[in-house]
Amino acid sequence: MSVTDDSVLVTSPTTGAVWEVVIGLEVHAELHTATKLFCACPNSFGDEPNTNVCPVCLGLPGSLPVLNRRAVELAMRLGRALGCTVNDSTFARKNYFYPDMPKDYQVSQYDEPVNTDGVLELPDGSRVGIERAHMEEDTGKNTHAGGGGRIHDADYSLIDYNRAGVPLVEIVGRPDIRSAEQAKAYVEELRGVLLATGASDAKMEEGSLRVDANVSVRPAGSTELGTRCEIKNLNSLRSLGRAIDYEARRQIDLLESGERIRQETRHWDEEGGRTRPGRSKEEAEDYRYFQEPDLVPLEPDADWLAAVDASLPALPAQRRARLAAAAGVAPGDVALHVARGLDGLALAAIEAGGDPSRVLNHVEHNLAVEGAEALDPTHLAELVRLEADGALTATQAKTVLANMVGSGRSPGDIAAERGFEAMDTGALEAAVDELIAAKPDEWAEFCGDDERKRGKLTGFFVGQVMKATKGQADGKAVTALLDARRDAARG
Amino acid sequence: MPERISRDDVAHVARLARLSLTDAELDLFTGQLAAVLEHAADVDALEDGDIPEMTHPFPLHNVLRDDVVGACVDRDEVLAQAPLAEEGRFRVPPILGEEP
Repeated sequence: MSVTDDSVLVTSPTTGAVWEVVIGLEVHAELHTATKLFCACPNSFGDEPNTNVCPVCLGLPGSLPVLNRRAVELAMRLGRALGCTVNDSTFARKNYFYPDMPKDYQVSQYDEPVNTDGVLELPDGSRVGIERAHMEEDTGKNTHAGGGGRIHDADYSLIDYNRAGVPLVEIVGRPDIRSAEQAKAYVEELRGVLLATGASDAKMEEGSLRVDANVSVRPAGSTELGTRCEIKNLNSLRSLGRAIDYEARRQIDLLESGERIRQETRHWDEEGGRTRPGRSKEEAEDYRYFQEPDLVPLEPDADWLAAVDASLPALPAQRRARLAAAAGVAPGDVALHVARGLDGLALAAIEAGGDPSRVLNHVEHNLAVEGAEALDPTHLAELVRLEADGALTATQAKTVLANMVGSGRSPGDIAAERGFEAMDTGALEAAVDELIAAKPDEWAEFCGDDERKRGKLTGFFVGQVMKATKGQADGKAVTALLDARRDAARG
Repeated sequence: MPERISRDDVAHVARLARLSLTDAELDLFTGQLAAVLEHAADVDALEDGDIPEMTHPFPLHNVLRDDVVGACVDRDEVLAQAPLAEEGRFRVPPILGEEP
């Protein structure tokens, strides 16, 4: 789907051959519900082990699962936000023996998933296809005990089923990603959509957002996919980026030395900065999926879908487009404003007449998210107007802005209270002339031909004027005045 | 009767289900399972016209519940059913191999 930009190709330092890295991501996100997918136990992180369990999620005989309406709504909302088709769907049993599920199977959507064929547009304008986004239940949490707590030398394992049955949506992306940077941007964008739709709280650090990466490489220009490895244990965006770069390098090295890539699951080792092969299973994957006989099909009607569509908020890509249009910049230039949730403030300040580039600059660099959301946008517009008019210097504007946060006061009031008043030109000229007279040697050097010395002395003179005027002078105005005086002195 | 399932298939499925079968049982179940599959093939061969495919014997869909928290069961009672428990968790033999 995306067109490959040559800048992401990898040139081998040893052979000079050019390679393309192909990445597809699978993201699991816990749906933000009050209860589990098939029972009324709380969906809650960090509770005492095995306190949120009941006969359904413990898989006791005779218990029957009943689907959570809210989980379905959130999954459909995410699907629509990703431009997916929302289908009639069913649930299946994925059978395996592993004690993280007491039933010995996990209920998941298999051949008839709720959402298919969507797309996610990234801030740089690239588009990544979404193959499907289906519902399934989460598994329990294992702790490997004894033998150093590591999986391969544990003496025994301890299981907490609080997470077993928590609703998940698995978002399977198409192999349209071509670099670690783009992979990180994809996860950030997807996280923004999950948050905007309320589908998930999407916290990587708490495991409510988990990412697996399928990585392969191929000679640049080839259209065939290479053999891929699936990388797990990626607990942060940083790990994701590092793991992809490492894995691509590893595969290129293997291929260049005439070896083959073995399709396998590999684990990212954050400390060692490398991927390692997982312990291979005794049996090949054979989950014997079959229709879950205890659950009936899900067939959302047109009214339900219309209600889901009506509930969709503005999505990050739409918010970027809106702010970028108002500010006259590219959508990628306002990605941070949107990601931090301060695009509404910036947009309102621009609409209230604030100079767009000054507004964007203050919102991006001089405001913390906390407190900024409550800022009156007309006050922000007024602040940049004072700055643009020369009534406040850049430094003064920052100080005023910091005092606006949380106080609800107008920039004019704060500037007046602090004595930030524009110096009139006469007073500034007097201060500069006084300084020139007091520092004849430095002034002579400043007027000389040595550009390097002049650059250094500009800083010196501006600093001295600032000191003399107690910070009220505008640095740019001082520099301009110094240059004018120098031109006059040199004739 | 054409061969609907091989003895190796039965052995494979039995292994996946952690069932230990004797040679005699393998022969017995291979024959029985083949008969079941043969019957399914007979049904499959019927002219069924416009009868829609069903995933379920009941004419039901959208059986849903509201997202409201209900009662859980007492942890001590649950853990008492398990062969071993420790620190509020189920204790199981060391897990070999990968998480699925």
